[in-house]
Amino acid sequence: MKGLSVSKAVTALMLAGLVLLPLYSQLSGNIFILTLFTRIIILALAAASLNLIMGFGGMMSFGHAAYLGIGGYAVGMLAQEGVGSGFIQFPVALAASAIYALVIGALSLRTRGVYFIMITLAFAQMAYYVASGLARYGGDDGLTIYNRSDFSGLINLGNRVQFYYLCLACLFGVIFLIWRIVNSRFGLVVQGLRSNEQRMQAIGFPAKRYQLVCFVISGTMCGLAGALLANNTDFVSPAVMYWTRSGDLMVMVILGGMGTLFGPVMGAVVFLLLEEFLSQITEYWALIMGPLLLLIVLFGRGGIMGVLGRAGRG
Amino acid sequence: MLLVVEQFLNGLQFGLLLFLLAAGLTLVFGIMDLVNLAHGSLYMMGAYFAATFAAWTGSFLAGALMALGATLVLGIVLEVSALRHLYGRDHLDHVLATFGLILFFNEAVRLIWGPAGLALPLPAWLTVPVPILPGIHYPAYRLAIIAVALLVALLLYLGVMRTRIGMLIRAGASNREMIGALGINIKLLYTLVFGLGAALAGLAGLMQAPILTVQIGMGENILILAFVIIVIGGIGSIRGAFLAAIFVGMIDTLGRAFLPNLLRQVLSGAAASTAAPALSSMLIYLLMAIVLVVRPEGLFPANRR
Repeated sequence: MKGLSVSKAVTALMLAGLVLLPLYSQLSGNIFILTLFTRIIILALAAASLNLIMGFGGMMSFGHAAYLGIGGYAVGMLAQEGVGSGFIQFPVALAASAIYALVIGALSLRTRGVYFIMITLAFAQMAYYVASGLARYGGDDGLTIYNRSDFSGLINLGNRVQFYYLCLACLFGVIFLIWRIVNSRFGLVVQGLRSNEQRMQAIGFPAKRYQLVCFVISGTMCGLAGALLANNTDFVSPAVMYWTRSGDLMVMVILGGMGTLFGPVMGAVVFLLLEEFLSQITEYWALIMGPLLLLIVLFGRGGIMGVLGRAGRG
Repeated sequence: MLLVVEQFLNGLQFGLLLFLLAAGLTLVFGIMDLVNLAHGSLYMMGAYFAATFAAWTGSFLAGALMALGATLVLGIVLEVSALRHLYGRDHLDHVLATFGLILFFNEAVRLIWGPAGLALPLPAWLTVPVPILPGIHYPAYRLAIIAVALLVALLLYLGVMRTRIGMLIRAGASNREMIGALGINIKLLYTLVFGLGAALAGLAGLMQAPILTVQIGMGENILILAFVIIVIGGIGSIRGAFLAAIFVGMIDTLGRAFLPNLLRQVLSGAAASTAAPALSSMLIYLLMAIVLVVRPEGLFPANRR
């Protein structure tokens, strides 16, 4: 019980920090930290969506960055074609991600284990090449978005603080949704499938259908992160779908603690701050980050949440 | 006609090169049950070693041989120092740990060789075009790649199927506890297999180096192609990897060469020229999707345990 309270206390502290960050930024005049944390929150949202299928569903997707690109390109392409309204851009981004997830999921879920990892990776790479081939929308060089999504006076995405809180609200909304899903009958079936698919099938649950729905929900959530990310950077390019980005998302989930509600957020905050910190020390930050990952895998079972839980138990 | 033969040979050459990479990957996976994303880094290291050693010695062949030995040693060091501790762990752990290794290798290369790419010039005797059919010439170097890769494939087949070590490797793949109980040094065997896989990846890298530039990240895209091949061919199956690699090499090369013209006959010129690059890069993934629908276990799955 005490172990739970340590990780809960750290989580609460982190969330309070995220909520109060714009205040600190305003008082100290440090605008950079607000921009940095907007990015962190958006990627935390993507990591949380990956955690839904990876941590709770046991589906190891190595192609989750594809949705970041699809959501982003939906916003970018519509903006390019003169459709600036967020009320159109965001639903299109979500729908496009959902459709992609449906097709890819239906194919990938025919396999399991390592095959699943490789196939999701390969399809995401396909999406990357397709985006590189879109000559009308910038191809390899990417697409600049001149106007952020317009929500006609409701909220102004050009305002840093408003945009930050929009992203934070989306993150909290998604985590709330994941919490409801995980504790619903549907979520219990999906988690049951992770532990023992054969047994669940023997009881009479159509395994693939449940997993596919879960896969599509997760992809749609990540599409939202993609639409936000494109607005944050005012730019979208095939690079957001590159497979190392999918790897980063996986690392965030594992680092924070797979299958925990707030673990991916924690993982995203720690991973991206570490990246920022190391890249300020040395240009060759990946030289430290790479072996660090290896060590985390070898010794840090259960991620930060797991370590906190063990620390609490003493 | 000339173009067709030439592209056909290009496809074969690319496919065989992919086989060298996929064979190491599938061998390591089939025997140690290890998913090694850093396999592409070994390919990259092979190319960098070859470029460096060839510049030192002034001889392409000497450089290539030294690079082959260097990647073998590098693979063994990697296995003993890090990857050995991952056997028996979850596949996800493998993916993350070797993902970390990719970051490390890319950064290390940037530190040692700098961000700009290297070139590996060919000796004069390999650049001459060789007549293969009356009136059709083909670069000697690409023919050499085909010959070397076929030879390696043959040696690999004989080595795995006809020698004592190969027998132990196959036995280790089907039951590792039992072979350990029979008194075989399974650790040494694993190190050996990993080193062999690394050397194969290095060979692929150093042979590709004169055709493309040697650059950071060169192993990543081709690694994903190797994954596609393994998925199509069936994980753990060298025969499957061989056939799937040639298939993928052909489809990719021929698709890139002829798809734009085919599309132009169906679509208008502008639409064809925009759709062609995207479609031809999608081709092998579509192929993989079709294989998955028909045979989720791959076309030539290794014998089930």
